[in-house]
Amino acid sequence: MTEEKDFSQYAHPDALVSTEWVAQHKEDPSVVLLESNEDVLLYETGHIPGAQKIDWHTDLNDPVTRDFLGPEQFAEFAAAKGITPDTTVVFYGDKSNWWAAYALWVFTLFGHADLRLMDGGRQKWAAEGRELVTEVTAPAQVSYPAPSQRDDSTFRAFREDVLAHFGKPMIDVRSPMEYSGERTHMEGYEQEGALRGGHIPSAASVPWAKAANEDGTFRSRAELEEIYTEQAGLGKAEEVIAYCRIGERSSHTWFVLQHLLGYGNVRNYDGSWTEWGNAVRLPIATGDQPGEVPGA
Amino acid sequence: MSQDQEAQPASQPGDAGARVLPEQLAEVVEEFAELEDRQKLELLLEFSRELPELPERYRNSYDQMEEVVECQSPLFLTLEYDDAAGTAAIFFAAAREAPTTRGFAAILHEGLDGLRYEEILAVPEDLSERLGLSKAITPLRLRGMTAMLGRIKRNIRAHQAESAPAQAG
Repeated sequence: MTEEKDFSQYAHPDALVSTEWVAQHKEDPSVVLLESNEDVLLYETGHIPGAQKIDWHTDLNDPVTRDFLGPEQFAEFAAAKGITPDTTVVFYGDKSNWWAAYALWVFTLFGHADLRLMDGGRQKWAAEGRELVTEVTAPAQVSYPAPSQRDDSTFRAFREDVLAHFGKPMIDVRSPMEYSGERTHMEGYEQEGALRGGHIPSAASVPWAKAANEDGTFRSRAELEEIYTEQAGLGKAEEVIAYCRIGERSSHTWFVLQHLLGYGNVRNYDGSWTEWGNAVRLPIATGDQPGEVPGA
Repeated sequence: MSQDQEAQPASQPGDAGARVLPEQLAEVVEEFAELEDRQKLELLLEFSRELPELPERYRNSYDQMEEVVECQSPLFLTLEYDDAAGTAAIFFAAAREAPTTRGFAAILHEGLDGLRYEEILAVPEDLSERLGLSKAITPLRLRGMTAMLGRIKRNIRAHQAESAPAQAG
């Protein structure tokens, strides 16, 4: 067995569970596992016994508006997965938990109390030779009362919020070439572009992967502090905004800043560069330096 | 947009008029077209399982192959040409952890492998839409398939450009 990482080093240690914890709790009726992947078919090839599938494209988005589900639809979705407001929901997935972090973030907007990520995601579970099954377990029959609202102000930022935030720290989690403006898309994701290349002025560049180890687990708190608090200059900031291209990689960084490092209020700007880089009258910066705060 | 091209084949000399699906690809398209979205995903998964193994000569040496960087997961392809017959054999390498990407590769393999150069070059760019996958699989994910097809065509054009002067001379 590999040595278990001590989660108590993190600001909110309860937000993270180990593969071993999941192995021991996967049959616990108060725990629901949700697998959220980039690859839409990966769950079908094998998943943790009892885990339900969640696909952010088709499950969490409103089919018409470019937005998430409303509270009623969310409640229906959660109930369909066997989740009640008291359920401990554990997310995991491929690609170092990008999409798992994204799904967790969306659940956060609806105020679900107990949300956790499985450190290392699917990759670590599989690497440890743990069981994967193709049978889909029917979720328990439960009900989920609709939350009174989807809170879009505490952990989510819109473009107007970003404009009002200027002068406070911001993190751009895309690749260095997207940040500088040499490319308008992420390497490996051609055409997923914007009219202009560059970044939101004053945002620091910290590619999301810096937060992850080779095995997909999160780096230690000391390493994360060195990366974000020191190098990226977040210091003791109360408010931080993170963004990427469409908000999925920045959900990963949001999780790191909010839960592992314990910053007071971190918002994910899910409109991200696909919105900002295409929007009329919004300032951008190019090159490898953050650039000046507009209007300062 | 794509329908426009199809609507007026007669008035378009050259390649546009030839944009008819080769038979083996048309069969795959029909297979998908008949299914509900959910079943389409199941069929794609079946395809992903049927992607042929790479021949020995390419195993452990992906550097001889071309990486399709547009795919969300590592995917490599290479073509082997038979100039006498004017046909191309297509080989793909994709990770088991990327079944969607594997499925796309398997569709292209089933639909295009061994065809004549001009048949492959005439395959419409909107193949993924013709498969009816755009509801079951979002545009973000479908781009990988379009990119694979684009690279296959580019590879053939480059091969033709290289061999053309020799044939002419």
